[in-house]
Amino acid sequence: MGLDFTVIPKYLDVVLLGCLWTIAITVAAALVSFFGGILLAVVALYAPAVIRLPFRAFEFVFMGTPLLLQLFLIYFGLVQIGIDLPAFVAGVIGLGLHFAVYNSELIQTAIISVDRGQMEAARTLGLSRTQALRKVVVPQAVRAVIPPIGNNMIALLKDSALVSVIGVSELTLSAQRAIGATYRPFEFYLLAAAFYYVINLAMEWVQRRIERRIAISR
Amino acid sequence: MDIDLMLRVYPFFLEAAWITILLSVLTALLGLTFGALGAAARLSRFTSLRLLGATYVSIFRGTPALIQLFILYFGGPQVGIQLDAFEAGVIGLGINAGAYMTETIRGAIISIDKGQREAARTLGLSQLQAFYKVTLPQAARLMVRPLGVNLNMLIKATALVAAISVVELTYTAQRYIGSTYKPFEMFLLAGVLYMIIIYVTGRGVAWLDRRVRIT
Repeated sequence: MGLDFTVIPKYLDVVLLGCLWTIAITVAAALVSFFGGILLAVVALYAPAVIRLPFRAFEFVFMGTPLLLQLFLIYFGLVQIGIDLPAFVAGVIGLGLHFAVYNSELIQTAIISVDRGQMEAARTLGLSRTQALRKVVVPQAVRAVIPPIGNNMIALLKDSALVSVIGVSELTLSAQRAIGATYRPFEFYLLAAAFYYVINLAMEWVQRRIERRIAISR
Repeated sequence: MDIDLMLRVYPFFLEAAWITILLSVLTALLGLTFGALGAAARLSRFTSLRLLGATYVSIFRGTPALIQLFILYFGGPQVGIQLDAFEAGVIGLGINAGAYMTETIRGAIISIDKGQREAARTLGLSQLQAFYKVTLPQAARLMVRPLGVNLNMLIKATALVAAISVVELTYTAQRYIGSTYKPFEMFLLAGVLYMIIIYVTGRGVAWLDRRVRIT
């Protein structure tokens, strides 16, 4: 059959629109995973056992099973209990929770390394435990883990391709639409790969800039 | 929770779990091969090989594994590569895992102190002997744990081949979710099997790590 890249321009707008959706879902899921990660980390370290144990179980399941399977559970499982979420929302929740668990691991380590001394000093100055956590410990811990969290967010971008399977019209599914019309899988998947690669490079560039800024402010 | 249904379908999940294990083993072997070749290229003294290695890592780590699988499986026939879904899955995931393992292996090798190699050279070992008898044995011990992390990711990544219709665990779960409308039960069956596979592998890696570690 050979290759014919001249079919691309006609469907470029479809694929570009998919690109925007990929960026949107990555940003939305990144925010969920960031704040979810902080929440999970604080629960894991400071909550009483009654609350902590169910969260531990949740983390164990999310780290031990594939993201694709989790997406199926969230998308189809919530329908079973009567919650019919749009695919985009289900995708953001699935990706966000999955990476929240990985972010939480990083944030926990950072909180432990900051906590000693800082917590005591804040308590001595009259802050409550919650205040000390919120205003002193967590902000410092989060700053320390921004570079590794950046790596997780780049992984999240690539894993966002999976939500095509539950029907979110992001980059991968847009490429599939174009393929459905042209029967040119190689060309359009290659195009999609190129777009992912460019977004990936852009994220790495931003990450390096942030790292440099953190290094200076220390 | 529909226990009856779960008991009725679990043999199919068990069968699928073996396919997931087979996929994982073959992918891991191929990944290690590509990882070793990639690391050798990245550490080569030839600029062209170093560039080739760096490009390989950058491209395969910089794009989604799912897209790589699709290019190979759906796009392959256009350029004369005819593979069935299982073969495409193993080769696609193996090349992808190899890019991550390249960095793991390279990282372990360059973390061995240069003085070791210099000392070996001074004692009369050739460049190659110094690598195989001094650097590599030490680096190999350092690789076990990070390669274990690669292996853990790789096992979960085998779920992607469900998208090209390989009948492994995730595909089986997806199919039974579709036919029974019991997503939670099907997730539980597949999830428990994945967690067993990952737990056992993790223990194996930890055991190996303890055996080879020099403290």
